[in-house]
Amino acid sequence: MTRSPTERTLQASADDHRIASLAALAIALGMVDAAIPSPLPGVKPGLANIMTLFALHTLGWRAAVWVTLLRVVGAGLLLGSLFTPGFWLSLGGALASLLLLGACRVLPSRHFSLVSHSLLAAQAHLLGQLLLVRLFLIPYDNILLLFPPLALTALLGGLANGLIASHLVQAHDKD
Amino acid sequence: MFKAGDYLVLLALCALLVVAFLQLGRHAGEASEVIVRQNGSETVRLPLRLNRLHVARGPLGLTEIEIRDGQARIRRDPSPRQYCVQQGWLRHSGDIAVCLPNRVSIELAGPRLAHDSLAY
Repeated sequence: MTRSPTERTLQASADDHRIASLAALAIALGMVDAAIPSPLPGVKPGLANIMTLFALHTLGWRAAVWVTLLRVVGAGLLLGSLFTPGFWLSLGGALASLLLLGACRVLPSRHFSLVSHSLLAAQAHLLGQLLLVRLFLIPYDNILLLFPPLALTALLGGLANGLIASHLVQAHDKD
Repeated sequence: MFKAGDYLVLLALCALLVVAFLQLGRHAGEASEVIVRQNGSETVRLPLRLNRLHVARGPLGLTEIEIRDGQARIRRDPSPRQYCVQQGWLRHSGDIAVCLPNRVSIELAGPRLAHDSLAY
């Protein structure tokens, strides 16, 4: 077969492969997240975000954005929730926390570790979701009453994920 | 692994959380509806978030109940001393205005007072 003049081959770089494998791990952790029974809608450990944090600290912010967006779409496909309200909430939370992680780069790494990033990103995730719910799903201010209890779970989840991710980064740096 | 700034972030978020829960406690004490009673028995419950004028008919005449901006008051009443009208706007859960001669009263209720309907 003759080659078409418009045919292009894309070369996947080593970083592309790393991003793909981190995204795959994130999707797997996303399945674990979905399988854990939750007492309240919105309460989730968010284990998949460990991979976002790991990508952020080993490959940089752009890689973290890729890993997260691939994870949100991939988990949506696997759970059958693609383009449902739950999917948009997950995307909204992910984008809010990615923006905050981008802004977190101004924090000096001498004083602030990955745990800070995780804690702040967890709250940004919650705020992004609540904002989306308030604007589109339940346009009534009473929804904001959910903020304190959810913020508490986000704090605990953010702390746990931050600690796990920083263990992973340390183990990775030793190799 | 834990650095000084991390404790700072954790502390700040904890403080924020305490403030948020305190606000929640205050919000729970807010009134959400008006209970209108005639002859001592409840006739109607009106939500505070909708502005409206409700008229109750008592033995002396009409009592006008006004709801505006999350507050309620007796706007007009045929009672001779006008005590319930002079009470002005009611804002908090548990606030009561009673027009005794016309046998009409209003009481503001919040989520906490509504508890008995859940228990039974």
